Amino acid sequence: MTNTTSLSKNAAPATHAESHFDRKGLVQMILLGLLLLLPVAAYFLGHTYYVNLASRVTIIAMAAVGLNLAIGYGGMVSFGHAAYFGLGGYVAGISAYHAFDMTPFMSWPFSVPGSDSLLVVWLAAVVLCALLALAIGAISLRTTGVYFIMITLAFAQMIYYFANSWPTYGGQDGLPIYIRNTLPLVDSSDALTYFLICFTGLVLAMAITSRLMKSRFGAALTMARLNDVRLATAGVSPYPIRLVAFVISAAITGLAGALYADLNGFVSPSMLSWHFSGELMVIVILGGVGRLYGPLAGAVLFVMMETFLGGITEYWQLFLGLVLLGVVLFAKHGVMGWLAGSERNE
Amino acid sequence: MSEAVLSLQNLHKRFGALQATNDVSLDLKQGEIHALIGPNGAGKSTLIGQIAGSLRPDEGRVYLAGTDITTMSIAERARLGLGRSFQVSSLAEPLSVMRNVMMGVQALQSHSFRFWKPVARDHHLLDPAYAALERMQLSHRAWTPVFELSHGERRQVEVACALALKPRALLLDEPMAGLGPEGSAKLTELLEALKLEVPILLIEHDMEAVFRLADRISVLVSGSVIAHGDSHAIKQDPRVREAYLGDADA
Amino acid sequence: MSVTLLIEQLLNGVQLGTMLFLMASGLTLVFGVMGLINLAHGSFYMVGAYATAAVTASTGSFLIGLAAGMTAAALVGALVELLIIRRLYHRPHLDQVLATFALILIFSEGTRWLFGSSPLWLSPPSWLTGFVTLPGETRYPIYRLMLIGVGVAIAIGLYLLISRTRLGMRIRAGESDREMIGALGVNIAKLYTVVFALGAALAGLAGALVGALQSVQVGMGEPVLILAFVVIVIGGIGSIKGALFGALLVGIVDTLGRVYLPLFFQTFMPPSEATGVGSSLAAMLIYILMAVILAFKPKGLFAAND
Repeated sequence: MTNTTSLSKNAAPATHAESHFDRKGLVQMILLGLLLLLPVAAYFLGHTYYVNLASRVTIIAMAAVGLNLAIGYGGMVSFGHAAYFGLGGYVAGISAYHAFDMTPFMSWPFSVPGSDSLLVVWLAAVVLCALLALAIGAISLRTTGVYFIMITLAFAQMIYYFANSWPTYGGQDGLPIYIRNTLPLVDSSDALTYFLICFTGLVLAMAITSRLMKSRFGAALTMARLNDVRLATAGVSPYPIRLVAFVISAAITGLAGALYADLNGFVSPSMLSWHFSGELMVIVILGGVGRLYGPLAGAVLFVMMETFLGGITEYWQLFLGLVLLGVVLFAKHGVMGWLAGSERNE
Repeated sequence: MSEAVLSLQNLHKRFGALQATNDVSLDLKQGEIHALIGPNGAGKSTLIGQIAGSLRPDEGRVYLAGTDITTMSIAERARLGLGRSFQVSSLAEPLSVMRNVMMGVQALQSHSFRFWKPVARDHHLLDPAYAALERMQLSHRAWTPVFELSHGERRQVEVACALALKPRALLLDEPMAGLGPEGSAKLTELLEALKLEVPILLIEHDMEAVFRLADRISVLVSGSVIAHGDSHAIKQDPRVREAYLGDADA
Repeated sequence: MSVTLLIEQLLNGVQLGTMLFLMASGLTLVFGVMGLINLAHGSFYMVGAYATAAVTASTGSFLIGLAAGMTAAALVGALVELLIIRRLYHRPHLDQVLATFALILIFSEGTRWLFGSSPLWLSPPSWLTGFVTLPGETRYPIYRLMLIGVGVAIAIGLYLLISRTRLGMRIRAGESDREMIGALGVNIAKLYTVVFALGAALAGLAGALVGALQSVQVGMGEPVLILAFVVIVIGGIGSIKGALFGALLVGIVDTLGRVYLPLFFQTFMPPSEATGVGSSLAAMLIYILMAVILAFKPKGLFAAND
């Protein structure tokens, strides 16, 4: 067999995904288009509230994109992603606190000042969340199944209780961010600008996930999820593949956490709570696990239920519970499965 | 012994009171099929585990092409050129045949921490995988999801996956299991052609296939190799007849 | 004085441990027999406490309340198993986590709807208030001692149940080989419901007993649930012995850590800082313990079946 003939012969034929392009692509474009256009319209009609609501949807979707990489694509059911979301948030909060106070974050062995630059905050959030996930993942990924679920939960609780009882940064009261951290050239305190920043972040996170899953790394991660014995037999150790995916997943969720703290001007241990870990999982599952647009669909649905159902009854989580139970028991492919047809791999 | 591609030296493995592997030494030479047979419970699976890397022997060494692989992980052994197939099909069902076979090619070329280039257009992966499939006469099924394949085709894919590693030695665990006469004949033919390229350690219950394919046969009973020789010698060996007497699989 | 403190805190640790055991034994039984991870176990704890508080308030008898609390938790447990849980046994753990998370939301909000957001008051009966004087001049609340007694009694009872009775034999069979008990002609569906209800009753009992010590409110089961997870991960999922050992270990380490770590840091730090550092470290202590144990024994100390 020569290479010239193989060029045309061996390439992957159009997959199911492509033949479904019409419906799936349309649903995805509408979803993303509405998310972009509605806040812009709201802004020019003077409804800043809805712009901020859209930012909230976007950020939570981004956090869920991170978790989806672990659960949906990697098969690692992390019940502790609030740890990274919260850590990202605390990075933004603590950095702003020291910048505002003009006190150093650290004075020994070398001086680390606070910073009100979003770029610095984001970089620090991503790096610190990656390091935390490296430590937690290295221990947790030695186990599988229920152990993994419980251990990731337990480690997140550890961070939660730590934040609760560490008095320097507000303990259980949390930490306010008086002035939103800044970017060069643009005014991050403007609601629409900040939404567009978040939107860019979400699109980038989704693009990275998509590209990643098509690469050699993605092929190995997919195999690790489906059949790790096959992966090892093919010569690739599953553990480092999973660990790296876990770290990337945590970094994305952590970046979302930093954006969230700056959106609200506030960070508290509730960002670290196990309820939030659970809600992120719920969002991933509601949207459709292991689907690129699933987290976005799930986040839209979740925040809409929270906002509109929560406006009608303070017991809205009762209905969230019922919906979730229904989805888990009867509608396995989530909103995106229902809207865009079911298929997942390849 | 010097030309042995795969060599087991004095392996021992014990589970509590059970001596599952008892001083087993075996080798596999270039260009041959060496069959390992034995009644159920003889310790074949335990032995395979020690060769493939899912179990560590209590004593003894395993060498692949002169390298001591006794303490290596499954993945390290695979990269060194130990290809294997499983008794129960272990392919990733929802993925295409190609995606299953490509994984071995990928492992062989470099580490898998390459995040950017899509595999679906990567001819450094596609071409060798395709070649391995052609070798097993299965290239027409390259883009079919595994769950749509017949049982016999899965067996062929398993071997193709192993071939993608450009193996120095193949370890095939009951490849004929569950195949009808037709599938069995086809696979026998394919393996016969294959052995010239890569030697095969064949663990098999199908005696007809064993006697047709194997250059040498070792008989494992209660964790020990009780007989060794070509098919003629094994057929005549009284100890083998005794071990198999009343055994339904024989 | 410091010996008194140590004895008192050790007893507190054992008391926390026995209550954790009541939670953890149910969780680990359900996992061992049915292979199910149940987040809603904390809800049974809450149901037990609310039912006890309500019935005690209307009858005036703590014991009747306690019986009602256990019964309510068992009934709710059986009902939940029949309606929902049994659809989940063959599902992936992710589905189990989500469905039981949904149950938590439903139970918590439902309870808030019925009883309101403010805590209910439940206090131990007068004959259980007061102190006893232990050797070494330690004065210790009778009620807490009684909790330890109840925990020990339940542990012995569970041991006898599992090692001596037909139900126990079936549970053991279910843990070691799920297909075998079907072959033995045991009605598996019924066995599962009974085991689940038993676990729920124990959680309800723990909720009621602890509710009288603290307060009865929505969400009270969640911190305990997570501690119970730590317990069974340390002990080895599926093992009752592991649950007992893990519960005592977690109870004692957590209690002593909270008292002694701040004291320890005071020896070389200013008191206010020492309290901060000590208490934040104490809050993390059992998780660090868990991480260390898992680093050496990924399946826990008394790993049963997988």
